[in-house]
Amino acid sequence: MFSNTFPLWPTRASTLSGQVDALFIFLLMLCGLVCISIFIAIVVFAIRYRRRPGHRATQIEGSNAVEFTWTTIPAGIFVIIFVWGAYIYFQERTPPKDSMDVYTVAKQWMWKFQHTEGQREINELHVPIGRDVRVIMTSQDVIHSFYVPAFRIKQDVLPGRYTIAWFHATRAGTYHLFCAEYCGTNHSGMIGDVVVMEPAQFQTWLSGGQPMGSLSQQGQGLFQSLGCSTCHRLDTQGRGPNLMGVFGKPVLLEDGRTVTADENYVRESILSPAAKVVSGFKPIMPTFQGIVSEEQLNALVAYVKSLSAQPTGAGQTPTFRGPAGAKADTRQR
Amino acid sequence: MATTAVATPERENYLNKEYGITSWLFTTDHKRIALLYLITITFFFFIGGFFALLIRLELLTPEGDLLLADTYNKMFTMHGQVMIFFFLIPAVPAVLGNFLIPIMIGAKDLAFPRINLLSWYLLAIGGCLMIYTILSGGVDTGWTFYTPLSTHFLDTHVIAAALAIFIAGFSSILTGLNFIVTIHRMRAPGMTWARLPLFVWANYATSIIQVLGTPVLAITLMMVAMERIFNLGIFNPQLGGDPLLFQHLFWFYSHPAVYIMILPGMGVVSEIVTCFSHKRIFGYKAMALAVIAIAVLGFLVWAHHMFVAGISLYAAMVFSLLSYFVAVPSAIKVFNWTSTMFKGSVSYATPMLYAFGFIGLFTMGGLTGLFLAALGIDVHVTDTYFVVAHFHYIMVGGMVMAYLGGMHFWWPKISGRMYPEFWGRLAAMIIFIGFNLTFFPQFVLGYLGMPRRYWQYSPEFQVLNVLSTAGATILAVGYLLPMVYFLWSMRYGKPAPDNPWNAAGLEWKISSPPSTFNFDETPIVTWEAYNYDEIPQEVPVGR
Repeated sequence: MFSNTFPLWPTRASTLSGQVDALFIFLLMLCGLVCISIFIAIVVFAIRYRRRPGHRATQIEGSNAVEFTWTTIPAGIFVIIFVWGAYIYFQERTPPKDSMDVYTVAKQWMWKFQHTEGQREINELHVPIGRDVRVIMTSQDVIHSFYVPAFRIKQDVLPGRYTIAWFHATRAGTYHLFCAEYCGTNHSGMIGDVVVMEPAQFQTWLSGGQPMGSLSQQGQGLFQSLGCSTCHRLDTQGRGPNLMGVFGKPVLLEDGRTVTADENYVRESILSPAAKVVSGFKPIMPTFQGIVSEEQLNALVAYVKSLSAQPTGAGQTPTFRGPAGAKADTRQR
Repeated sequence: MATTAVATPERENYLNKEYGITSWLFTTDHKRIALLYLITITFFFFIGGFFALLIRLELLTPEGDLLLADTYNKMFTMHGQVMIFFFLIPAVPAVLGNFLIPIMIGAKDLAFPRINLLSWYLLAIGGCLMIYTILSGGVDTGWTFYTPLSTHFLDTHVIAAALAIFIAGFSSILTGLNFIVTIHRMRAPGMTWARLPLFVWANYATSIIQVLGTPVLAITLMMVAMERIFNLGIFNPQLGGDPLLFQHLFWFYSHPAVYIMILPGMGVVSEIVTCFSHKRIFGYKAMALAVIAIAVLGFLVWAHHMFVAGISLYAAMVFSLLSYFVAVPSAIKVFNWTSTMFKGSVSYATPMLYAFGFIGLFTMGGLTGLFLAALGIDVHVTDTYFVVAHFHYIMVGGMVMAYLGGMHFWWPKISGRMYPEFWGRLAAMIIFIGFNLTFFPQFVLGYLGMPRRYWQYSPEFQVLNVLSTAGATILAVGYLLPMVYFLWSMRYGKPAPDNPWNAAGLEWKISSPPSTFNFDETPIVTWEAYNYDEIPQEVPVGR
């Protein structure tokens, strides 16, 4: 913040970074005060009561009242800090609705991003100012961690499931993206840039060519080519459930439980179909573990999601604003 | 009784009773076993320190230039493993605890002297395996062994390292068991629980954690080894396992292990502060209860290492709140030590300088723990240098300071010789300055966002890293000094009187060094701990 060669405070570039800094500064002042008080007490006692001829220690047993005081007052202050910290964390962990989604695959040692409009990036993530961005992440190998200091967010990226980070960028610029969970040889090389752009610039960047169509279109292509569509028909005759409008809704399972059809459920249902079978269906679906890559899985999830994106149900082509939607008929694969 | 006493033949004591290598390797004397531990952990301290120095040298420049990436990863992995399992965990309990607990409670030895020797052999065998791991090419899992990296993605000596720690863990379990039984069953007549020195309370609390926690780590490391050998799928998501399960199991031990490392240090500081203030401890009961509270609550906070790992939102909140609860007894201890000096008679002898250092640095380490327990802040600073600085303030600023303070305090009793006071004070100050210069810049680095375990880093972090490396070299000098003058004093140091500090406690009522069975006759205790009102304050001239 103060200079490029010797910064002492990290840049604030998201809506949450100010909140984190506020609590941090509060704690710095509080703990600084406590720390200095204790240091002063030690120094004063050490000098005032230094051992010297004629000076004798006065024996003091202690005092229950004093112990009670310095037990309850810190405990009370701690609860305040806890509530404040938890309030920030609650926001960090509850992504807003209607966010822009970016699918992310982490692997040793790179970050791969898939925008829903179809752009792919490696070790660079372009996002606009002023939008809630959800980063839906999974790992192809070991645990990684998505860390953008300027946004004050960090989320571990696990193999075998999705974890989600979100942010709302407030300042244009290029910021560090670090892998924060040790992941082997080139851990410190698993870095990248988050490029925050003005919305107009971002639209220009988005229209810079997306050879494969939007992510959900890629997913739709896979949905056909992998044969998913033979069972998951868009009527009630299929051997598998109709996926139209399922995403985000509660699903009744064969064993009586109810789960919400979120990204992790769709993912699990593709890789371990027998784990949570929908009520009224048989566990006949084969696993696609090892058949679809993490990126293809993201495309399939995006497609299933897109089937719920449009409440009017105007056919199987989901609506996506922007250039990708306009070229919906030129889908490939 | 004047200086000519040097010329007279020494009284028979535990050091000169027998000579020869077998009299040491087959000893069951708790004091000799303590010295075996001392030699072992000092050896490992300097190995771990050497790794630390290489880490700091690599980080002098942003580019990865001194070491290869893999070598660097091995350095921080083995620095952590060696320092934690072969230095910090055994340091105070196995050296000072072993030496002092039987004496402090008026016993002739620990309850199970041969199991005590077995404990040392287990640490030595584990240590040999660790040396084998280092010499045969090392291991680069990080000391945390996170899966699936450790189970499926590394081709280094993971199993050897895990086995080394597994075996050393049994040393820790048996020592804990021995202490618990000894403290329950072997106290001298009159030595009630309320009269125990706080050092004994602290080691008792530590032993509880060692006995209850360490087996979980042993099981967890075995599961890692099994998964590597038989491809079991306990932690591997592709086989239906859960990598987070590993983290829960690992931290279930490894968070309480932090208290294994710090609680005995707190015990040492309680002894030193009272002696060099010549005053009763302020709030004895609160101090004793606080160590037990820390030991119990310490088992309930492990998931605060996992706030960004993908645990549920509400689990994170519960663990955050519990982490604040465990901070309360630590705060109580700091307040009580400080108050003990109030209206005392404060001497600036070397052990007291270390105790000052401990209180200051532990306070900073503890207060920065409040930052990390705050969920919103932890998300930003976890896995950065902020965490590295925080736990080094506790482990090195706290525990190593306390250990060195204790070594100086009891060195006259252990060796029968005085160390040179000037060099002692000088080393204490060098260590304090070097420590702060090494680790304070790391707090800033962490908040700026520099992740830990980075072999190369962004150039804007360089100035702070250079400061840190400069501090580390000062710290290295500070640690070498006591090593040199302790060895020197064994031959050339002034013979130590039985009670050079006019300290309270049974260990100062027997000869320096003690005889093999400590007491000629079992003492009968009629006084409370820290009865400094009954002890003259002036240091006697000669003896």
